[in-house]
Amino acid sequence: MDAASSGAATLFRMEGVSKRYGGVRALEEADLAVHPGRIHAILGENGAGKSTLIKVMSGVVAPDAGTMTLDGRPVTFASPAEANRAGIVCIFQELSLIPDLSVADNIVISDPPKRFGMIDRRAQRRIAEQALARAGASDIHPSALVKDLPLSRRQMVEIAKALARNPRILILDEATSALTASDVKKVFDVLKRLRSEGLALLYISHRMHEIAELADECTVFRNGRKIATYEAGTKSDAEVIELMIGREYHNVFPPKAVPAADAAPMLECRNLNWADRLNDISFTVRAGEVVGLGGLDGQGQRELLLALFGVLRGLGGEMLVDGRPVSLKSPAHASSDKVGMALIPEDRKTEGLMLPMTVRENLAFAAMDKVSRRGVIDRAAESRLIDEMIKLLAIRTAGTDIPVGALSGGNQQKVVIAKWLMRQPRIILLNDPTRGIDVGTKQEIYQLLRRLADAGAAIVFYSTDYDELIGCCDRVLVLYDGAIKRELVGDEITEHALIASALNIGMSEAAEMTGAKP
Amino acid sequence: MSDMGTAAGPLGALKSRMPKFLHKVDPAVATAFACIVLLLIVGSIYSTSFLSPEYLLQQLKVASFLGVIATGMMLVILLGQIDLSVPWTVATGAMMASAAAAFGPTGVVLAIPFGILCGAAIGTVNGIGVAYLRIPSMIITLATNAVAQGLMVVYTGGFSPQDSASAAMRWMATGVLIPGVPNAVIVWAIIGAATVFVLTRTTFGRSVYAIGNRERAAYLSGVDTRRVVLIAFAVSGGLSAFGGVLLAGYASKAAQSMGDPYLLPAIAAVVLGGTSILGGRGSYLGTVAGVILITLLQSILSVMQMPEAGRQITYGVVIVAMLLLYGRSPATRA
Amino acid sequence: MNEWRYWFAEQKGTLLALAIFVVMFVIYTSNHPAGLTANVAQTAANKGVLLAFVAMAQTLVVITAGIDLSVGMIFILTNCLASWLVVGTPAETAFGVVVVLLVGLLCGAINGAIVIYGRLQPIVATIATGAVYFGIALLLRPFPGGSVNEDLADALTGRLFGYVPSSLVALLAVIMLVWVPFSRSVYGRAAYAAGSSEVAAYMSGVPLKRGKFMAYTLAGLLAAIGGLFLTFFTYTGEAAYASGNAYTLFSIAAVVLGGVSLFGGRGSAVGAIFGAFAFRTIGDLLFVFDFDPLWQPLFQGVVLLVAVSLGAFALFRVKNRLEWFG
Repeated sequence: MDAASSGAATLFRMEGVSKRYGGVRALEEADLAVHPGRIHAILGENGAGKSTLIKVMSGVVAPDAGTMTLDGRPVTFASPAEANRAGIVCIFQELSLIPDLSVADNIVISDPPKRFGMIDRRAQRRIAEQALARAGASDIHPSALVKDLPLSRRQMVEIAKALARNPRILILDEATSALTASDVKKVFDVLKRLRSEGLALLYISHRMHEIAELADECTVFRNGRKIATYEAGTKSDAEVIELMIGREYHNVFPPKAVPAADAAPMLECRNLNWADRLNDISFTVRAGEVVGLGGLDGQGQRELLLALFGVLRGLGGEMLVDGRPVSLKSPAHASSDKVGMALIPEDRKTEGLMLPMTVRENLAFAAMDKVSRRGVIDRAAESRLIDEMIKLLAIRTAGTDIPVGALSGGNQQKVVIAKWLMRQPRIILLNDPTRGIDVGTKQEIYQLLRRLADAGAAIVFYSTDYDELIGCCDRVLVLYDGAIKRELVGDEITEHALIASALNIGMSEAAEMTGAKP
Repeated sequence: MSDMGTAAGPLGALKSRMPKFLHKVDPAVATAFACIVLLLIVGSIYSTSFLSPEYLLQQLKVASFLGVIATGMMLVILLGQIDLSVPWTVATGAMMASAAAAFGPTGVVLAIPFGILCGAAIGTVNGIGVAYLRIPSMIITLATNAVAQGLMVVYTGGFSPQDSASAAMRWMATGVLIPGVPNAVIVWAIIGAATVFVLTRTTFGRSVYAIGNRERAAYLSGVDTRRVVLIAFAVSGGLSAFGGVLLAGYASKAAQSMGDPYLLPAIAAVVLGGTSILGGRGSYLGTVAGVILITLLQSILSVMQMPEAGRQITYGVVIVAMLLLYGRSPATRA
Repeated sequence: MNEWRYWFAEQKGTLLALAIFVVMFVIYTSNHPAGLTANVAQTAANKGVLLAFVAMAQTLVVITAGIDLSVGMIFILTNCLASWLVVGTPAETAFGVVVVLLVGLLCGAINGAIVIYGRLQPIVATIATGAVYFGIALLLRPFPGGSVNEDLADALTGRLFGYVPSSLVALLAVIMLVWVPFSRSVYGRAAYAAGSSEVAAYMSGVPLKRGKFMAYTLAGLLAAIGGLFLTFFTYTGEAAYASGNAYTLFSIAAVVLGGVSLFGGRGSAVGAIFGAFAFRTIGDLLFVFDFDPLWQPLFQGVVLLVAVSLGAFALFRVKNRLEWFG
């Protein structure tokens, strides 16, 4: 069934499009119709084919089969530039900004204004200012270098850059994942305005409440196939999730254990200070506890985790592990058996894994001292430990000697976690471990966290997803501007409370912002 | 590296693993070996003596000097770095070993270790620069090369050094311990076996590959990446100097700029052997193939009595051609 | 004010290189027995300009996050070629100059084609092409020799209006005719973009390949201009292997001193020119301080070592150790 209810003519249509990478079918016989003046949400787990779909649409990859029509005429795109010229512009999940160029340079990059064959800097400046204003980001200076901007500002530049090309179809792939709440609101206003201007918008997101707010129609993909297209608001969240994962969706979060209040503190921080990013942070984590870090993105949560793990220099304050003061100088020190800490880093591709190296090498890498004697690796011991971990975390891999980069995102993340579990850490720090991971793996990770806590580990868990904090944590520390603004315990952890303390505002205002949703 | 001493063990270990080893031979390494066979055939057309055991052993002997130097280069390239200080590290090793040999009996005994130590010192400076000061390796090794050159020029007064290589150096480079096998080849084999062992079986080797792939991830995994880089550069310097010691033994004395002809071949050998210049990928077998390939190529060009100009041109063209054959990076993601 | 801050941030490397050069040059001239005369300036300019051209060439490639280890050899090759061709009547000389420049362009284009379309790593590819270019140079000039149109040579290495070294004017002309148009063109921006983030540049629909190709090709041209000037200074052609290597290495040093990032995407040829002048002046400092020339290589090496280590002091301000890894 199609979203025929919309009266508008179809702007872009894709029929029977297939794409495979090697033996993997990324997209199979996919159909999609895009209408002007509507926001079309694409839903699906990771690996469902969403990324491939938009890559085909925006000319990054060529499809193996199928047809695409724009205004009823068949089209093919050999490159992103061709798709851009046809009016299809994509804001990619992986940023497409060039770090060493200025904001203005970046905004006009694909088609800079020219005078006498050279780039006209004044005109470029003008275009950039207009585009930034249109994106609601006039606070960004056009001459600033992109690499000097924080992630959320870069994302706004990315949106401005897309708008500067006057697109007819704008594709947003997880475009809000790096944005602060106030930016998300701005972006939503911009998107709604663009919709009223007659643009067609394709919106890919994992965040259900964003889709509920924005979308006019939704299409669900699973395993590279289109499963269903429906008008927004005609299906419940549970139904949608069922469509996405193809089975019923139960009991997302494992039950929380009753925290033993008398358990010994495993990790204690007193007045941590670092540069101007961490201000007087004090907290305690007991064995068996899952403590969440909440707040808007970029309020010092990442820095706090890095500080705990011995990555930051010039850290002020005191840190105690098992009641003994420690001064950690490096991850090597933090992860040593004496301290027993582990950090699941922010970006598994650049910080967690060596993608071209094998599953075995990656798994054993943090625990090489456990499987070697005087620097010589005992392969038998290594294999034993690795097989154990693969079983424990149900890592789906075609063997231990294939590159870890060949695994799916979720399984890669499991490898990152498993490699640390091989050390049997007592304090586990996680930096947004479920970002960009499919629903199924997310659940496994939630279960695992609780199991580890029950087994006596102290867990510090940063997540950008409020649902996760609510579902997983015994306590949540909400950070604002590098300081702990509020500590939420047990039943206090609600979406309202999280948002209110994240924005550092009163509860009533927060209720207004979240609208009808409780 | 303490693992160097246990070279006899790894030889056996290597053999027991041989079938598995061959099982997953990199296509680049296979192509390099195919090119070696091709060169042998071409060479035998020019000269019938090309395939004689004596000639081939002689080639292997010549190759072992490059082989020792390329081993160090490979370590550094695996890290995603490069060592451009090879020319004067080679010369420093040779000159300092010869100089030490002139200092009576103690000097004679210490000549070889002293030469290697001087190279390791240069390598340590490189390593400190790259690992602790985060200076791009291309720059810091260039600078230490200039410093080493400056030191040697001052030391020798700009003339050919007068000291001769010690008897031990000469024996190591030209002598024959096992009948039929030149000592230089044995030296290379021992160093090679130790390298294979270190790269495949030790935590140090794993760390080298990991750092070459993603130093940030290796660091966050609790590896002291800076120490690993420092050691790798120091070893590379030591091996370059050892190459110089052997060369001095071969020619009975050190010479100014004797190391110049070894920089490019060492890099070329490593890369032709399938080691990624970006680091993180490559096997020692490939480097062996690369070294033999380069040596044979040079030898054929001289057998053909090609003038220097023609040799340079052919040399360059062949390297480009072979890399185009199998050394290309993947196409831009599409 | 705000605008100035951004401008300053952008030009920081170039300004630093300028400062280093000025300091070195002041030390040099104030200790020179003759002081700052037109003659001293002319000699200094002529020496500096040679390296400046090669450093400019290197800059273009380094901006794309590549490296050209063949610039020195193109420099030598075009020197040998010029010693055959840039002679005779004005017309013949002009023809010779054009051919020499075209050969430089061709060498650069070959490098570019191999690196970009052949997808080989620039380090290895240009090492190999460098060997080829040197081989050709050796074919042209197995022994040093040849000649050059001396009128042209003297004009371009002499002085204008009695004071201004004409080689500096030539350098300025090349900046205006080659560097400025390139850096302000779409292709120049593509070269920067490619060096800064190739994936992002591709995603943005930048003419990546053409931009990089242009950078390599123009690098060949600039090296050839350097080769021409070498011929003007020496009146001969010589296939000197050591000299070619030295120029390649010095060009990298000049680029680094000039604030061009070896990781690509950042820096300017103007900075590299100041870097080249600074590096040359360092070498000459020994002369005015009456040192044994034997010590010159060591001195140059130590200065280079110290210079590159100075940049590391920023490291002590790094508070997040992850920033070590770029």
